[in-house]
Amino acid sequence: MIWFKKDILSNGEESKSVKVPFGLWVKCDHCGEIIYKKEVERNLDVCPKCNYHFRISARSRINILVDEGTFKEFDANVEPVDALDFKDLKKYKDRIKSSQKESGLKDAMVSGEGLINGQKAMLAVFEFSFMGGSMGSVVGEKITRAVERGIDNKCGVIVFSSSGGARMQESILSLMQMAKTSAALARLREAGLPYISVVTDPTMGGVTASFAMLGDIIIAEPRALVGFAGPRVIAETIRQKLPEGFQRAEYLLEHGMIDMIVERKLMKDTLSRLLAMLTEKQN
Amino acid sequence: MYRHWLEFEKPVEEIEKKIEELRSYQTEGGSRTADEIAKLEKKAKNLLKEVYAKLTPSQVTQVARHPDRPYTMDYIQNMFEDFIELHGDRCFKDDPAIVGGVARLDGQPVVVMGQQKGRNTKEKVYRNFGMPHPEGYRKALRLMRLAERFNRPVFTFIDTPGAYPGIGAEERGQSEAIATNLMVMSSLKVPIITTVIGEGGSGGALAIGVADRVLMLEFSTYSVISPEGCAAILWKDGSKADLAAKALKIDAAELLKLGVIDKIVKEPVGGAHRDPQTAYKSLKTVLISQLKELNVHTREDLVELRYNKFRNMGVFSEPKRY
Repeated sequence: MIWFKKDILSNGEESKSVKVPFGLWVKCDHCGEIIYKKEVERNLDVCPKCNYHFRISARSRINILVDEGTFKEFDANVEPVDALDFKDLKKYKDRIKSSQKESGLKDAMVSGEGLINGQKAMLAVFEFSFMGGSMGSVVGEKITRAVERGIDNKCGVIVFSSSGGARMQESILSLMQMAKTSAALARLREAGLPYISVVTDPTMGGVTASFAMLGDIIIAEPRALVGFAGPRVIAETIRQKLPEGFQRAEYLLEHGMIDMIVERKLMKDTLSRLLAMLTEKQN
Repeated sequence: MYRHWLEFEKPVEEIEKKIEELRSYQTEGGSRTADEIAKLEKKAKNLLKEVYAKLTPSQVTQVARHPDRPYTMDYIQNMFEDFIELHGDRCFKDDPAIVGGVARLDGQPVVVMGQQKGRNTKEKVYRNFGMPHPEGYRKALRLMRLAERFNRPVFTFIDTPGAYPGIGAEERGQSEAIATNLMVMSSLKVPIITTVIGEGGSGGALAIGVADRVLMLEFSTYSVISPEGCAAILWKDGSKADLAAKALKIDAAELLKLGVIDKIVKEPVGGAHRDPQTAYKSLKTVLISQLKELNVHTREDLVELRYNKFRNMGVFSEPKRY
């Protein structure tokens, strides 16, 4: 009966074993199609077959979003410190070093100001490839400064989240970044300036439970996983199967947790229109 | 007397057993047995003191989770007068994992709240082991806003393993509920004093912990993740919780050094559960004096000071560029 087995298992699982030629071609994580890499890049790292949004770097995100030549980076030299002398299977110091080498960044965030279709905004964008976009003191500080600069310059703030949550290697200090960033946003709100939170795949834990869910407007990319507790932890705790699409952007929209889902190619346009409508001076 | 003994308390337990045995003979034994008992009691107390003076972080975790440890309601009922419990988030339901209401401290009207654990199996389930749902945070938020409207100081008590990882909790937006509390607490125009009385578990704890003063009982813990959870993720082995507890620096002394808490409140020898009355009394004294200190400031200054306190949390470096 062996010849049945293949069919039963081939609902997408089987295709994982397909060897992908290195470099020129990529395999879509969602539909499994093998696609020409250049074609995906031209399509803003979105699968042309199934519209799956690949995770992208902070730099590419900013390139897609900001009017050419207008981005001015801030706080690029703020660096993490191993304040707790933390060591799990690896030393935190070594994790920092290797992540910095691989990403060319000091930590999991790029922030600065730029024009979005002519609208000035402060931006803070997560780099997921840097230790899973985890939030430590540097990420918290850069977001807080971006918010404070928004207040000083009287302009809106946009945060693009993509993070596994708090950075455990900074323990309680990372937890406190939740309080720090939320406190800064309270001041932005008081100043009457807009804050738009864009949640992309994945946004979890302490990041979701602070600034990511505090947006005047919250936008998600299609299919982004967004939640507090991870799906595996929930499934293990309640010992039940999770509902179809649980914690995905579409599920959150249905449950009233976000304002809208916006595709990558429409993000810039949507953000600039929203910023204008919230900040334009009335006669 | 029945007590839940912890593994590292074994030597003390043996002496106490002996004392009990002697007591049962005492009616016949006379003064010689009484002397013997007194001697053993002194020995047990000294030993207990010795053991508790050098607890490892994972042992502190065990004390923080001790089944006999006083819970939020015990502190509220023994330190405050005239407590009236208030219920519900006005949206969905009343969450029994967070309790709160109005009360008096030393005669002065205040608002109190905290996570509540259950004592027996039935109550544990009812209280969801002290793990709040979004409704709990929203009830807490409602009480804080009430405090602000009527200009009453807020006292919160933290004792939770963390937010509840469940489907309903996610669907009803526990992230949003926690985040909103952080934001509102950061600018609430009344004094807020938080005490970690047992487990300070992550976002579920912080959701009522953005305060002017954050105090910790000597044998409580406060952490971004449970040692077990951290071990499972970073060591890929949940049984390495001892190592994780040490690495995370979750005990009061370490957190004071990191500037995350403001003060450690001493517990009776062997933990608050061995002498709850003394624990209530000493915490009450501290709460009263802390509030007095905060009342010196105007409401605006208070908010400014609170902002700066959390604004400065975190450690990073910023080398000048050449």
